[in-house]
Amino acid sequence: MNKPYAFLLILALGLTGCAATPDKSTPVGPVMHPASEILRDDVVYAVDVYDPWEGMNRGIYKFNAKFDQHIFLPALGAYETILPGFAQKGLTNFFSNMSEIRNVMNSILQLKLESTLIGTSRFLINTTVGIGGFWDPSTDLIGLYQRDEDLGQTLGYWGFGQGPYMVLPIFGPSSFRDGFGFLAEFFIIDDIKILGLKERSWEVYAYYGIMGLDMRRAVAFRYYDTGSPFEYELVRMLYTQKRKFDIAR
Amino acid sequence: MKKISIYALLISSLFGSYSVQASAYGYPITDSYAATIIGTPAKYRAQLPGKIPLKVYTLPPIKGRKIPEVFWYQQGMKYSLAYQDHAAPLIFSIAGTGAGYHSGKMQIINKAFYQAGFHVVSLSSPTHTNFEVNASTSGIPGHLPEDSADLYQVMQRVSARISEKVEVTDYHLIGYSLGGAQAAFVAKLDEQKKVFNFKKVLMINPPLNLYHSVTILDDMLENNIPGGLDNFNTYYQAVMDRFSQEYQKVDEIKFNNEFLYRIYKEDTPGRKQLAPLIGLSFRISSTNMIFTADVMNDLGYVVPKGSQLTTTESLTDYGKVTTRLGFSKYFDEIFYPHFKKQDPSLTREKLIFAESLKSIEGYLKASAKIGMIHNADDLIMKPGEVDYLQQLLGDRAKVYPYGGHCGNMDYKDNVQYMVRFFTE
Repeated sequence: MNKPYAFLLILALGLTGCAATPDKSTPVGPVMHPASEILRDDVVYAVDVYDPWEGMNRGIYKFNAKFDQHIFLPALGAYETILPGFAQKGLTNFFSNMSEIRNVMNSILQLKLESTLIGTSRFLINTTVGIGGFWDPSTDLIGLYQRDEDLGQTLGYWGFGQGPYMVLPIFGPSSFRDGFGFLAEFFIIDDIKILGLKERSWEVYAYYGIMGLDMRRAVAFRYYDTGSPFEYELVRMLYTQKRKFDIAR
Repeated sequence: MKKISIYALLISSLFGSYSVQASAYGYPITDSYAATIIGTPAKYRAQLPGKIPLKVYTLPPIKGRKIPEVFWYQQGMKYSLAYQDHAAPLIFSIAGTGAGYHSGKMQIINKAFYQAGFHVVSLSSPTHTNFEVNASTSGIPGHLPEDSADLYQVMQRVSARISEKVEVTDYHLIGYSLGGAQAAFVAKLDEQKKVFNFKKVLMINPPLNLYHSVTILDDMLENNIPGGLDNFNTYYQAVMDRFSQEYQKVDEIKFNNEFLYRIYKEDTPGRKQLAPLIGLSFRISSTNMIFTADVMNDLGYVVPKGSQLTTTESLTDYGKVTTRLGFSKYFDEIFYPHFKKQDPSLTREKLIFAESLKSIEGYLKASAKIGMIHNADDLIMKPGEVDYLQQLLGDRAKVYPYGGHCGNMDYKDNVQYMVRFFTE
């Protein structure tokens, strides 16, 4: 496993102390509307998602918010100041082109012929005409849009439920299924080998660093911007719903 | 996670197409429910700048305020300043119920007035958690006169802090929805205190009576789902299935109002199907507000008294309970008793009246600086309420035939009228 990431995982787990949800059976004082009187077992609540590791997840969520605030966003700010717009766009195209390998692999695994052909065509066109993938003529000229497929979706396609909800350090909302897929893909598709970069060199760190910044740049989400004390619940619900959409697509 | 607007997804809707009527007023969505949800489709929007010079600042919490651990991320009240590099008029802008200083509708105001040469200060609604935690004196928001007094305090503190950054020629005030009603109360307060001497004040789609509007919105959620609120999930899944269906059809997808507009043009929605989404959006805002009031004041309403909520503790059940209760219940169980304790002669009717623009009708009628934009079909208004405001304000009121609740705010005619009100 990628060392810095393993370190962060341990750090995040340590920070949260793997806190468990406190025992609700002994409330500290009176309450006008206890949950036991309002909520019913026979009602399905749209906001509920299977989340047995909630205490730990919430801890990591908080860690992510702080990481975002103190490290990720300032770094992204510097990245956006230093690099001209066209270079940022070029890098986005490049990483997006690299992800076609993943898209094609998973399209095949889901027996999706059209998506397989689209992914393959996009990769061939963008790698050649698009100068190593830094330009995206498939989208810009032909209107051949990317079809995102990943291992989590493939597992979902074959009937695996998402399992326990998980918040991954830095990467955010995920699930046991999707987190597993994410990790497995990282080992199966080795960008470093494909690109012929030297193992454990500065090139590798730069590659993942820029990839991380590019990923963050694509996501408009800012922690606690919803202003809701229930943001954790909202994000959890939307993540779960979004993955259902992606799998059905 | 892709770029999903949480509210677009939650509040958004489906099932529908209404006939697009030819009329002098070209806003394309003639059903008030659909307009409220979708807003203005891109090609009908006013031309506004993409990026403007904007700074986000944090105002420290009011003196002596202790922020509970569960709100660790709410240290200080955020607001934004869009600034000109020369002396210019400054406009304070107040967000609607539950909305933050950076909400989509606040961006419309920001950009329109920056473009027109104003400095713009954007403030979250006093019903928004961030304001509530840091700047609400009582911690029991929802009271028009008190919340407006809090806003007035905040404006003075903000004004002092930005005085080095911007040179201000004179002051203006604008707000939409609940923020519109608050703008009128703030303006009235300023007549006595004379800190800003606002030149012009505009209310966009204000409720006439906050309590009436809340009752309407509660009803939308509670009385339109077959089988009642306990069946919400069935309804919600049907909405999501419709989204999923649309999502599979198209190549390039962003969950935004264009996505909703596509669905709207394809299907035939009924109001019964749209109403719960509008009700839900409001219910989520009031859940946030009520839970926060409970925690900040240790009311023992849904959170047991004396609880010290931690950052790793599940809040899900509190959210579910509060959502189930709603604002009307909070009004009777917390809000009214709170104000009754301060003034034993207070009746429920008196309190409801204080929540209304009617309570300051003399001022609204006499003050030439106050104007209003409204829609004849605004769904938060009871029959006759828009007419009443129109008669009260005379030619200072502009009422469009449709647009729902704030759905047409960035339609080109509306933006033009909004800006002109201040510049002419």
